[in-house]
Amino acid sequence: MRREEDIAGKLDWVAVLLYIAMVGLGWLNIFAAVYDESVNQTIWDLSLNSGRQLIFIAASFVIILAIVVIDMRFYETFAYLFFGIILIVLILVPFIGKEVGGNKAWLGFGSFGVQPSEFAKVITAMAVAKFIGSVGFRMDNIRNQLILFSIIGAPMLLILLQKDTGTALVFTSFVLVFYREGFPPFLLVVGIFAAIIFVLTLLVPNQIYLHAAIAIVLVALIVFGKKKLRQVMLLAIGALLISGVIESVDYVITDVLKPHQQNRIKALINPDADPLGFGWNVTQSKIAIGSGGFTGKGFLEGTQTKFDFVPEQSTDFIFCTIGEEHGWIGSFLVIGLFVALLLRVIFISERQKSRFARAYGYSVASIFFFHFAVNIGMTIGLFPVIGIPLPFFSYGGSSLWGFTILLFVLLKLDAHRSQMLQRV
Amino acid sequence: MNESRKEILQIVVVLVGIIFLIKLFSIQVLDSRYAEMADSNAILRQVEYPFRGLIYDRNHKLIVYNTPEYDIEVIVKDIKKFDSLKFCEVFEISSDQLRTKFKEMKARKEYSPFKPTLFIDQLSNMDFARVQDRMDEFPGFYIQARTTRAYSSTALANALGYVSEINKTQLANDKSRIYKQGDYIGQSGIEAFYEAQLRGKRGIRFKLRDVKGIEKGSFNEGKYDTLSVPGQNLITGIDIDLQLYGEYLMKGKSGSIVALEPATGEILSLVSGPSYDPTLLTGKNYSANFRLINSDTLKPLFNRPLMAQYRPGSIFKIAQAMTALQENVITPETRIRCDRSIINCHGAHSNEDLRGAIANSCNPYFYNVLRRMLNQDVSHDPYEDTRIGLSEWNKHITSFGFGSPLGIDLPSEKSGLIPTPAYYDRAYHNRPWKFSNIYSIAIGEGENLVVPIQMANFAATIANRGYYFIPHLVKAVGEDGNPLPKYTERHYTSINSSHFEVAVDAMQKVVEAGTGQYRARLADIIVCGKTGTVENAPPMHDHSVFIAFAPKDNPKIAVSVYVEDAGQGARAAASIASLMIEKYLLGQTKRPYIEQYVLNNKFE
Repeated sequence: MRREEDIAGKLDWVAVLLYIAMVGLGWLNIFAAVYDESVNQTIWDLSLNSGRQLIFIAASFVIILAIVVIDMRFYETFAYLFFGIILIVLILVPFIGKEVGGNKAWLGFGSFGVQPSEFAKVITAMAVAKFIGSVGFRMDNIRNQLILFSIIGAPMLLILLQKDTGTALVFTSFVLVFYREGFPPFLLVVGIFAAIIFVLTLLVPNQIYLHAAIAIVLVALIVFGKKKLRQVMLLAIGALLISGVIESVDYVITDVLKPHQQNRIKALINPDADPLGFGWNVTQSKIAIGSGGFTGKGFLEGTQTKFDFVPEQSTDFIFCTIGEEHGWIGSFLVIGLFVALLLRVIFISERQKSRFARAYGYSVASIFFFHFAVNIGMTIGLFPVIGIPLPFFSYGGSSLWGFTILLFVLLKLDAHRSQMLQRV
Repeated sequence: MNESRKEILQIVVVLVGIIFLIKLFSIQVLDSRYAEMADSNAILRQVEYPFRGLIYDRNHKLIVYNTPEYDIEVIVKDIKKFDSLKFCEVFEISSDQLRTKFKEMKARKEYSPFKPTLFIDQLSNMDFARVQDRMDEFPGFYIQARTTRAYSSTALANALGYVSEINKTQLANDKSRIYKQGDYIGQSGIEAFYEAQLRGKRGIRFKLRDVKGIEKGSFNEGKYDTLSVPGQNLITGIDIDLQLYGEYLMKGKSGSIVALEPATGEILSLVSGPSYDPTLLTGKNYSANFRLINSDTLKPLFNRPLMAQYRPGSIFKIAQAMTALQENVITPETRIRCDRSIINCHGAHSNEDLRGAIANSCNPYFYNVLRRMLNQDVSHDPYEDTRIGLSEWNKHITSFGFGSPLGIDLPSEKSGLIPTPAYYDRAYHNRPWKFSNIYSIAIGEGENLVVPIQMANFAATIANRGYYFIPHLVKAVGEDGNPLPKYTERHYTSINSSHFEVAVDAMQKVVEAGTGQYRARLADIIVCGKTGTVENAPPMHDHSVFIAFAPKDNPKIAVSVYVEDAGQGARAAASIASLMIEKYLLGQTKRPYIEQYVLNNKFE
């Protein structure tokens, strides 16, 4: 008894309260998204997403209780074992899974289905943390780097095979963890730079201008920089590489990406080109959010979301309901909650004494951040449409449970941080 | 060693949050386009067409009413997954027709892919029943209900007129901007004249709808909705039974029957032969039917009571008599020898007084009367003297309502012609003219032209002994309403009312002993009438003309009948006029043989 009281006292209540606030608001918004005033419905109605979400929330509390009760060493100890199991499950899903929305990403248990990929995020976070936390780990070791990329690469690849690109992309967020743990920023910078070049290529109609701009920057750097041969050579090679990327974008867009993925990128750049076709989601989502104004239309008063103009409005596009019914103020509150939670998770991570706990904490922060940035970014047209949920807000048991486990395992580790051996 | 990286990550998190909030601020607060787009997405502006006013007869029998009709409208931007084959099958049109419809629609000036646009007009009830359940297969297409005209009988087509879609010229001329493309407007007859009263006011309803276009109730509890206001009903003076009887009698004939109530000027019946079934000019086949009716050589759309101009013939002799009495050039006792040297005559009479001359329609008598009238020796110059006389004459004749439109409540009324000195100056190219040049107007031939409604009004004026109300169809606008103000004014002729007793006596004599006696006389009712036989260009027969009123005292009905190409006025026209009087006053005829005579005789 005494020990459990201790746990309750040591849990980070700021994070718990943020969690409860987000889950509660999420539930209300799911009701608003599916609400149909012509039918006499209540938020408790089990035939609605909101009613089912309430069950998922209740189950989450059971999960939280279990996490709190289970020994904190459990996760680190069995991280590789879980990782092995989840890889096997991911391999099997395409064969034994049931098909939902064109993807075989679900495992069915009766009428319920779970998405193993949601749990793969949690387990991968543990595995990554365990490897980083292991004795003698050094980030500047090429072998260690390769192993880390393999750990995130394996589940990513398997999920890509299930054609769930969105979830697979989430695994790239672990790069942030590596960065915090000492990975040279070079790769990050190159990655971000490539992304910028990629988008610029799409935005600028004629690629000649981009090449010209690169040439001018190159000349400027050579003229004003150190005029050592090595330096000049490096710059020239870099410039050539960038030009190569630009040339390859067209190839990637037309030959590598699938038509629906191409369309999502095109929609991002010019959603008005075909507002009823590939731009439909983005257009309708922006209309819904944009029509909310400063204070919103009021709870259950949103015409766009209520009448199904926005697709997938209780799952991936749940932010539309918030934006439409609660306006900029509501959006501010939700974004504020996310920023607060992310900063809190970073804060918690930093106060960990074990490298495992800190790396795990950063994994949680990275995954949440990726979901938050990409999901809201796509609903307001800053990012291509990638089907990933908004943590704690989107409808769905698997994702809610996945995020809950992610967060509360960290809180459990945090509660016992003084018992941890310092291994930094 | 990597502590500082924590701060970079924290900055990135906060930065992303700020970028999102700025972007959100720009689309939610600064940019109002999205709110508008949301409204046009979710709010359907639906026009509610008002019920057009109903038209009743004098006994509150319904003549014109409304029947529902359904148009198919389309909002092009809402079309999704359009299956043209299925569409053609459901709407029973060919794919060529479908293509033309799209082309036509897009060619319209006010076409917008974001607004409901008329696509198929006027589905019948049967089509509607078939199509209704399948509309959800064609997102973007909607049913728009409105009403079309329906008629309790085939009678009165020309007077009622028809309603059709407003045309481009009308739309361009509509300064009030009440009408929109696709609206219906009265195109002729009562429908056109009383358009403002009949049309009512359009309502607009804002309805919420979901992404499939399914309606989800009213927007803001209907706060912005306006209800449609139905048009006003019209009570006409028409006796629909009398009208039907008149059309029955005119079957197979060209001409007109006009019956008035002298005490009010209300039109009891307005028959134009040949006529058409008004139902043909409603609904889907309007255009095809209109072309057909419009190209008919018998001109069924030509509303003869108002638009046909004939020479008045002998009926005009009564007007000449009144004028001459007023000018004191004759008295009722003036006898004039029937000298047939200048102008021919008919029947056995030789030296009649005024009453006798009217009863026998003596041509030389009225030749003489007009000469006395026009040449009163005011001037010694016979040319100048005729001018002065003709001016006086014209003043009197036009005071009966001849020579200009009476102002009846229908469009396209013709004026007829009563010559003035200026008219003859033009006709003779400013060469001099005098009585001997123009005397044929004395007996209602020559340059005179009258319209049947004017002749009926003339009969009513005599029945009233000197005044008339402008003939009109509608006696009440709205259930307890009034006629238009101008129809409640008495119009007096320039003739002293005491002179009219002579005309009444003479007309009684016409029916009892004169030219009209055999077929116009009724057993229980004193009918006053006058025959006319209007010259027609050979090989056509003369027009048969008759005017009458009855009973002699306190007259209830005045009639004019023109039957084209049917010979003497005493035959077809007199028979029809008397049958109309009988029908109106007694409910039915007691002389089936006259009815049979009218219906079966070819009048050649």
